[in-house]
This record gives sequence, structure tokens and C-alpha cells, in this order.
Amino acid sequence: MTVAAEGSPPFRLAGSRRSPLLQSEAVQGFALISPTFVYALILLVLPILVVIAHSFWTQNYLTIDHTFTLENYRIALTEPIYRDLLWRSLYISLTVSLLTVALAYPIAYFISFHGGRHKSLWLFLITIPFWTSYLLRVMSWKVILGYNGVLNSGLMGLGVIDEPSTALLYNSSAVIITLTHAWATFAILPIFVSLEKVDRTLVEAATDLGDGPLRSFLRVTLPLSAPGVISAALIVMIPTVGDYVTPKLVGGKDGVMIANAIQAQFGKASNWPLGAALSVTTMIIVSLMAGATVLVIRALQRLAR
Amino acid sequence: MLERVQSERVQADRTMIEIRDVTRSYGSFKALDNASLSIREGEFFSLLGPSGCGKTTLLRMIAGFDTPTSGSIAVDGQPMDGIPANRRPTNMVFQSYAIFPHLNVEQNVAYGLKRLKLEAGEEKRRVEEALAQVSLTGLGKRRATELSGGQRQRVALARALVMRPKVLLLDEPLSALDKKLREQMQVELRRLQQAVGITFVLVTHDQYEALAMSDRIAVMFGGRIAQVASPKEIYQRPVNRQVADFLGGMNFVKAEIVEENGASLVLDTLGFGRVRTDKPKAFVRNGGAATLGIRPERLRVLWDNATAKFEVAGKVVERHYFGEITHLIVEIPGLEKPLSVTETNDFGADDIPVGAPIRLAYDPEALVAMAD
Repeated sequence: MTVAAEGSPPFRLAGSRRSPLLQSEAVQGFALISPTFVYALILLVLPILVVIAHSFWTQNYLTIDHTFTLENYRIALTEPIYRDLLWRSLYISLTVSLLTVALAYPIAYFISFHGGRHKSLWLFLITIPFWTSYLLRVMSWKVILGYNGVLNSGLMGLGVIDEPSTALLYNSSAVIITLTHAWATFAILPIFVSLEKVDRTLVEAATDLGDGPLRSFLRVTLPLSAPGVISAALIVMIPTVGDYVTPKLVGGKDGVMIANAIQAQFGKASNWPLGAALSVTTMIIVSLMAGATVLVIRALQRLAR
Repeated sequence: MLERVQSERVQADRTMIEIRDVTRSYGSFKALDNASLSIREGEFFSLLGPSGCGKTTLLRMIAGFDTPTSGSIAVDGQPMDGIPANRRPTNMVFQSYAIFPHLNVEQNVAYGLKRLKLEAGEEKRRVEEALAQVSLTGLGKRRATELSGGQRQRVALARALVMRPKVLLLDEPLSALDKKLREQMQVELRRLQQAVGITFVLVTHDQYEALAMSDRIAVMFGGRIAQVASPKEIYQRPVNRQVADFLGGMNFVKAEIVEENGASLVLDTLGFGRVRTDKPKAFVRNGGAATLGIRPERLRVLWDNATAKFEVAGKVVERHYFGEITHLIVEIPGLEKPLSVTETNDFGADDIPVGAPIRLAYDPEALVAMAD
């Protein structure tokens, strides 16, 4: 009772004889996050440092030559094959994130504004695809898009096409379709959260000031949900650049992405330094692209006013 | 004499809002039950009542955010059925103010003008005029997040006024402000309304706010309109105990109807004896019993040997000090409940000892008869 009245947490009293350093809030905070922090340090920061270090070395058959060199970066940036792969990866991830956000927004909007009492049911339904493994979901797209697949048979049955189209599977479009589907949930959730935070009275105020439904959406709801759109775009864009399972399974030779090349360098080609240089280059470019995306969306948001 | 000013204010007798037999049901619950009301042009009209009495529902139906289950609403002679909120000649000041957080003050105020496609100079002029009306000149570039509660309220006002609506609807606009600022804003709102001459409809649960600002007040309980009258009449001649109780304190005394005719009533009471009072307009007799009411401030303490034509005698049982006034609870022989008396402290009411005998003077004019 007295402790509560003094407004200080009880453990402060118990620890009053300890050194002031241990009592400081910063130290207590660090102590709380330390397990996660150490974990992240060992499994995230160290590997990245190893990769960065390798990117400046040279593979010498079975050994690594530790002399500093920028040769790997020269290859990564000038070899046409890597440049093309990098461009294609960026193109695919950008397209996928745009498509995903465009498709996810209406769903999130519907759940948030018209979900009524069933909001959690809708969200639950959206997570159902995650009950199966990612690989199975990618494989099922193979079944849909394949030569004798669902889509081809369907279109032939309807008489739209005479023979199965080979344009559906084993190219970058197939990768885009598959990735868009796979990442939809990750885009719906952040957009939903930011739409939930939009004060409905603001929409009413816009209506009161003369805006019809479309105008109030464009002038109030959309700009206010921009944070959700930004995080959705980034959440989809960043991992898809480095995706290598999907292109491997549905991409064919036209759908190969930079991650497949990196994997090859670390695997069959056994040139870790080049693989590392490609990884670091990709990381830097993805960061730049993510930053640019944020800036573009912010600019659009300002234009909407 | 001063109190006449309010009632003598020139009032165009043209109806601005006509609410006819409006009911709003949610399942079996009636948020608004067969309400009819007519609000005049240029009037400061208040909808007063406790929470859940249907006042906000009514306001939202005038604005177009809600539709009556039955009945009709007309604004300026034009029926509002089927007209969406964005096409109505009304604008609203929301309780939360609903300031667009992504826009600055100027952009907030200009929000509704953008659609009108005014010339750039005209739009700027109107925004500045509106900001000046609410004393926000020079704050146009402030971000919405950098405003105080009072400033947000002014922005909301300017944003609505700049549209030059026929009716300005205010949904508890002062409830989020602290007491001092609220009282200051009451005066300012009233002044602003008289300056612009627009019909204001205010929703509030604060009786003093309604009394201080309005030309007329509609008191509502449980989805029904109990009384529509000027603040003075509502306060002095409440139609029933509920209204009387909601607007300040009131002593209720059981009475017996002895005689009833067109204009007056004669009542027998235990504490006040036989009393003749004006018959209220809405008085509907319910058997032989009635209630007589008197406001605590209409009972005056009689000092020393002073006498009055009408007086009651009793004993002080409680005393509460409120700074400029003292609140006395006085037991009168024959009354089942003691009387509340508020007396100014000019003559030492704060020094009257508890238990002391006391005599109270009253004016029979101050007695209100109410149906039981």
C-alpha cells in the first residue's frame, strides 16, 4: 500500500542497496532485450559480416585467398548475366509488390469498413492458405498453370484456345503470379491495421464537407492508410527480390532470379566470394529501392491533398 | 430588465428545420420516438438531455448520417429524404472535432471549398475570413497535430462556417474542453452565431451551456421531446419533474389539487399551505395529486425579525459551503423531504449553525405546479 502510494515499483525497494548502474532504466532495458539481442547478433549480424568479408576475398580452388580485392564486385556489376538477373529480380519484386498491394487493399478495406462483427472471422479465413507448406502452394500453381493444367484445360474446354498455351508456366509471369498469391496475406494485414486506425469520424467529416464516397476515400482514407501501404509494399518487395524457390519451381529458364545465381555460386560453382559480392550488391540495391518506394508513396500522399 | 434582451431579439419567424413525427428504431429499441420540432431561421437552438436521450441521433439525422425509420425532416423547406450528407445545406462540428491529421489548419479549413473550384484568390480570402472569425489568424500553417484542444475546436468551427451552411450542427462541441475554456467558448460561440446569423443547432448534456447560449431549448428524455421553450421558461416553468430536475436543483413538494380552471390552479400543500399558481401550458391532470416545485435560490433566508408575506419555518440540518454561496438543507415540519436552499454569503449564510431554527421567504410566483 505504501509502496503504491509512493508511486515506485516494488522491486526498486528491494534493489535499493545495489549499485545505481543496475537501477538505471537503460540497463534494465538492455537486460530485458539481451537474449533476443544476442540471438540476433549470432545468427544475423555475424553471418552478414562473414558474407561481407568473403566478398572482398578470392576463391582459390579449395582455399580462400584473403587478399583484399574488388574484383568480385566488378564481375557482379559488369557481367551481363548478373546485371540481367539483378534487373529481372528487381522488376519481378517491384511488380509483385505493386500487384499484391493493389489486390490486398480492397480486401483489407472491405474487412475493415464492412467486416462488421465478422472481422476476425475474415482475417482467420485469409490465413487458411498458410495451413499448407509454401512449397505445396507453389506446386499447386504448377498444376494450375501447367501444359495440361487447370487453366489450359479450362480455356480449351471453353473453346478460347485450340491447344495448350506454353506461355503460362516457366517464365517470369508465372513467378509473378505465384509470388503475388503467396504474399497477399502479408500485404492485407498491415493495410488492414492502418485502415482500422483511420478515425471513421474523419470520413464523416469529409462527407459533411461535400465529398462523395470516392473523393473522401482518395482525400482522407487513402492518405491516412499510407503507412500500411508502405509497410505492405516493403514487406513484399524486400523478401521477393531474394526469393529462389519460386523461380526454381515455376520460373523455368526465363524466370531465374538473382538468388538462384547466388545459390549456384555458393553451391555448384563453389565461388563463395563472388556469391558474397552478389549478395551484398543485392542487399544494397534492395535497400535503395525500398527507400525510393517510401519516398514515392510519401510524394503521392502529398499530391492527394 | 437585462434578461429581456434575449427574448426580444429580432427573430425571423421563418422555419429553417422542420422535423415531423421522426422515429428512429434499432430493433425494438426506439432511439427517437415520434419527435416533432420546428427550428427557426437564425436561431440558436439546443437539444438538451442526458446521454442516450436521442439528441445526437436527431442531430445526425439532420446532417444525413442517419435515416429516420419513419417521419420526415426538411431543411429550408426542402425535404431531406434520400439526400446524402454531402449534398445537404448543413455542416457539422464533431464532438471529436475530426480535424484531418494529414493536413494543416489552412488545408483543413479549405477542405470543403476545394470541390467548389473557386478562384485561388477567392478560396484564400474565404479561408482567411473564416480563420479570423474564430480568432485563428496566422495559425494557417500549423499542423493539426500541433493544436491545443481549444484551437482544434476553432478549426472545426471555421471549417464548417467557411462552407456558409444554412444550418450549423454542433455535437457537444465544448465537452472536451476544461471548465474555464468552456465558459469562454460559450460566450464566443454565442457571439459568433449572432455575427454570422446562421441557424445553430447544438447538442449538449450540460444544462448551463444550453441556458447560456440558446434562443430556445428542446429538453429530451428517452427518445422523446419533453419541452421546447426559451431558456428562461424551461428553467422557471418546467413541464414535469424530470425537466425540472435536469435543469438545476428543484425542491418538490407533494400537493393536492383543490381547484382547476383555464389559467390557474389552486393547490393544497403541507409545508406551503394553500397556493394559487399559473397553470402550465402542458398541464394534464392525473388524478387529484400534483407536485409543486421551487428552486433552491428562490427561497431566501429571513434574518432576525424580518418578516415576509409568504414564509415557511424549519430547522437547518446540513450546511455546505461553496465559496460565493452556501447550500442549506432545511427540515420543514410536515414535508417528507427537507428543502434545499442556496443563499449568497453576503449576509453570513455560511455562519448559520446546523440545528438552528430558520425562516424562509418565498415568492408564490416562484412556485411551479407540475402534473404527477
